[in-house]
Amino acid sequence: MSPESARRCQGIVIGGSAGSVGIVFDLVAALPVDFPIPVCICLHLHANDDGLLASNVRSRSKLKVLEGCDKMPIQPGCIYVAPADYHLLIERTGTLALSVDPAVHYSRPSIDVLFESAGLAWGDGAVALLLSGANEDGVAGLRLIRSWGGLTVAQDPSTAQIRRMPQAAADAGAASLLLSPEGLRTLVLSLRG
Amino acid sequence: MTETPVEQIELDLLLEALYQRHGRDFRAYARASLERRVLAFLPASGVPTVADLIPKVLRDAAFSDRLAEALSRASPREMFRNPAFFRALRDRIVPVLKTWPSVKVWLAGCSTGEELYAVAIVLAEEHLADRTTLYATDANDAALGKARDGIYGVERLQDFTLAYQAAGGTGSFSEYYRARYGSAIMIPELKANITFVNHNLATDGPLGEMHLVLCRNVLLDFNEALHNRVIGVFAESLARGGFLCLGTKENLLGSAAASKFETVDCDTRIYKRVGR
Repeated sequence: MSPESARRCQGIVIGGSAGSVGIVFDLVAALPVDFPIPVCICLHLHANDDGLLASNVRSRSKLKVLEGCDKMPIQPGCIYVAPADYHLLIERTGTLALSVDPAVHYSRPSIDVLFESAGLAWGDGAVALLLSGANEDGVAGLRLIRSWGGLTVAQDPSTAQIRRMPQAAADAGAASLLLSPEGLRTLVLSLRG
Repeated sequence: MTETPVEQIELDLLLEALYQRHGRDFRAYARASLERRVLAFLPASGVPTVADLIPKVLRDAAFSDRLAEALSRASPREMFRNPAFFRALRDRIVPVLKTWPSVKVWLAGCSTGEELYAVAIVLAEEHLADRTTLYATDANDAALGKARDGIYGVERLQDFTLAYQAAGGTGSFSEYYRARYGSAIMIPELKANITFVNHNLATDGPLGEMHLVLCRNVLLDFNEALHNRVIGVFAESLARGGFLCLGTKENLLGSAAASKFETVDCDTRIYKRVGR
């Protein structure tokens, strides 16, 4: 277990794009039913996804999986999936927020938007994972979380189906760790709420 | 007591300055998005930090106007966003509206008017336009002016047309605008029954005896207290049996007025005003 995981974690945010869905599925399937931390997932989706990603995550997880709604309270051990065509954000008051502000990096939901709000809301209690993907959405958010003392992890680019997103995070010094999908899983399971 | 982060105090002070000096009130806005808009405003403004915005707001009215515009919901809106909703509007709501001799519809927070014209088109195609008054309100006069003009860039027409078709349009979208010099203007017939009014959901009261209130993805901008206030305003504005439509990821939440509504269609967030 890495020393980083001894910290108390308020919430986990996960971002990914092309090549990340399978890793997310494996990760949520590994979480035990008493997992004590909320998890928010932002993957780049088609605007007409219509809840499909959330139901696919739900079918693989022992935890409660919800598509994020505006002002929904964030509960420990729940998984929240960003709905298509909205940004998902974390409020300091412990609720989710949605917005229809313009796309960031051509993406809505945008990983940067989720990550930056998680950094502001959770400070050094934020844990962020940036996975495989073909653009650089998420890198700025990861850097911000790191600057506020949160734990930032990018998928080891050599294990990524599309390496651009995690490689950009590594190049920007935004990731404090680079881990394989197995390493990501081990880390997440070691986190304390 | 946990310590309030410095960034949060700075944002509070900035919003207080904007309100007290210029009457622009963002204090009841949802914080996470607002904070993002403030941070996005910094690079273009040449001001390094949120704290440095405060003295500018206190002394520079033109600068404050620019900031207030950046914080207002100014992003372009879609026409026929969420086509399933517009199909439900035709299938579930229009048949009931047709039972009333005259119909009052309120589109709250119309911004620059895209959704307003979508609703006007549905009412026209359902032969309801002639006996309907459509009230379009916004707190922002500049946005209201653009809604009244109904002029959009031609580059947006393809998206509008595809959304119109997906939303169950029964005609051809090209009947509803005239394109010239890179712009498309919505036809005057659509505007004939629209009344534009400045109305601030944060401070103004109900508009009476509405049969349909649409307020989709507007309350996303507000915090929970203001959200709940606005649901109360809508409850008071609606006739019994009238409909309220929210965005598909919004809810009535803990508003005291939530008990005055029953759900008509959960997926498209259509509610019906019941009881007293």
